[in-house]
Amino acid sequence: MAPRSFSRGELMVAAAAREIRDGELVFVGMRLPMIAFALAKRTHAPQATGLFENGIIRDEPALAPLYTMGDPPNLRNATFCGDMISVMSFLQQGKVNVGFLGAAEIDRFGNLNTTWGRRDGQPVRLPGSGGACDIACLAQRTVVMLAHDPQRLVSRVGHITSPGNGTGNGWRRSQGLPARSGPSAVITTMGVLRFGGDGEAFLASIHPGIRVEEVLSNTGWTLRVADDLAVTPEPNEGELAVIREIDPDHFWTKT
Amino acid sequence: MTGMLPSKLISMRQAVAEHVPSGSMILMGAELEQMIPFAAGHEMIRQGRRDLTLVGPISDILFDQMIGAGCVSRVMAAWVGNASSGVGYCFRRAVEHSIPNAIETVDYTNFTLAMALHAGALGVPFLPTYAALGSDLVKRNGNLREFASPVNEERLIAVRALRPDVAIVPVQRADTWGNSHLWGNLGVAIDGARASRKIIVVAEEIVAPEVIASDPNRTLIPGFLVAAVIHEPWGSHPSPVQGYYGRDHGFFAEYHEQTRKQEDFERWLERWVLKIPSRLEYVKRLGDSRVADLRVREHAFTAAADFGV
Repeated sequence: MAPRSFSRGELMVAAAAREIRDGELVFVGMRLPMIAFALAKRTHAPQATGLFENGIIRDEPALAPLYTMGDPPNLRNATFCGDMISVMSFLQQGKVNVGFLGAAEIDRFGNLNTTWGRRDGQPVRLPGSGGACDIACLAQRTVVMLAHDPQRLVSRVGHITSPGNGTGNGWRRSQGLPARSGPSAVITTMGVLRFGGDGEAFLASIHPGIRVEEVLSNTGWTLRVADDLAVTPEPNEGELAVIREIDPDHFWTKT
Repeated sequence: MTGMLPSKLISMRQAVAEHVPSGSMILMGAELEQMIPFAAGHEMIRQGRRDLTLVGPISDILFDQMIGAGCVSRVMAAWVGNASSGVGYCFRRAVEHSIPNAIETVDYTNFTLAMALHAGALGVPFLPTYAALGSDLVKRNGNLREFASPVNEERLIAVRALRPDVAIVPVQRADTWGNSHLWGNLGVAIDGARASRKIIVVAEEIVAPEVIASDPNRTLIPGFLVAAVIHEPWGSHPSPVQGYYGRDHGFFAEYHEQTRKQEDFERWLERWVLKIPSRLEYVKRLGDSRVADLRVREHAFTAAADFGV
């Protein structure tokens, strides 16, 4: 296969940016989603607003590499610095259009586990929810980004830290979760998954150079494939220029 | 003026000795990834506190250190680990293998922990939310309970109020009575301070009451609530304090590498906590070049606001 002019991380960032529409309120998160928010702002979504659960609202993304959302460059020139409840109140009102999440495990219904993992058959205590469960419960759409391997994409998570579609269609409503909320896309290192009317994930697009069989053999359940399976669009030169301006050393986008 | 008000300025050692006995429920890390009171946690370790309940949404590596040092019997948090590297090895050892002792974990989400402290601050027994519905956290945390709304047909989570014994709140500047200016992201600091029975303020700078009174919108903790004021420059290192110093990313990475095994952690603890009598010595150990690298390089002052009459 010919070498490509972009990394997989850059492709994922470009795909994530397309999940943000102009004018939307975005719960940003860190690392790849942070770069995706900046990319969306600079291209098709100049009026998107970024919210951070530590109490920050930004009209303009911080143009410095951040390890945490509390790093000083993310506070400087912010639109608003306040408390967590101020920002979370917008989430609970249903005003937040899209929230980005990572996960140690995701299952076929988009439920996320960041509390208990397994390594060599032994339970491993992971850090926990942070704000992920809040976003998964309350954002209109959630977008998950993670590495595609069968230990991470499992048939059923051992612990639901952040609810997706539970056991299928109708489950979220049965739990009392807001009507307009739930998982929208899962952007992995191999493709993009979306959710059918029955609440189960299917492969909607595949990254350039990846074969469908690879995706299926790296997924812990029998993943359905869309009839109109697409190829994930490659980042164009303009998008790559923005991504490399924000992440000049490929710190987050190298792989 | 507040010039007639008595000073509450005491040392970190004295504050921990007087206000933080073993068995306390302590709120720390309320400002999330910025302004975590590492100096206070280290003093609790040195004074051999035991059986503490730690409360804080995202404590970064402070809770991990206190757990590894054997100070903790219970953690009420949304996330415990190392924000740079993910996992906290001491937290894992305590939960998975009871090393150095078993701990109880009470798992929250960020918002439900904020609600618990908001309820405490408001003086009500609980507050309702939709957050955490459908999550397994509700099955295992008795402070999150489903209930039927009394005003409509909805199901909600009742988040029980939390009233910590002590909140330890780093601030940029305070007067000696405890009136405090802080800025940047606030996380759950304001609700958390109001919910707590005592507040200890850890200030980078002590200023005259006139400085505080010049900008009352920035006074987020009024002094009458404050039990003790500690002047502790660099008290939050390796977490950042806006306008004072940046986040020491390397320190978090080194901690991750140097604490994989309990004996390695104990060596780390000797070097950075047990054999260091004061924050002044700690800053010396960091070294001049590291400290210089973390200082603010380019100041960004706010526009002045006119309180004229």
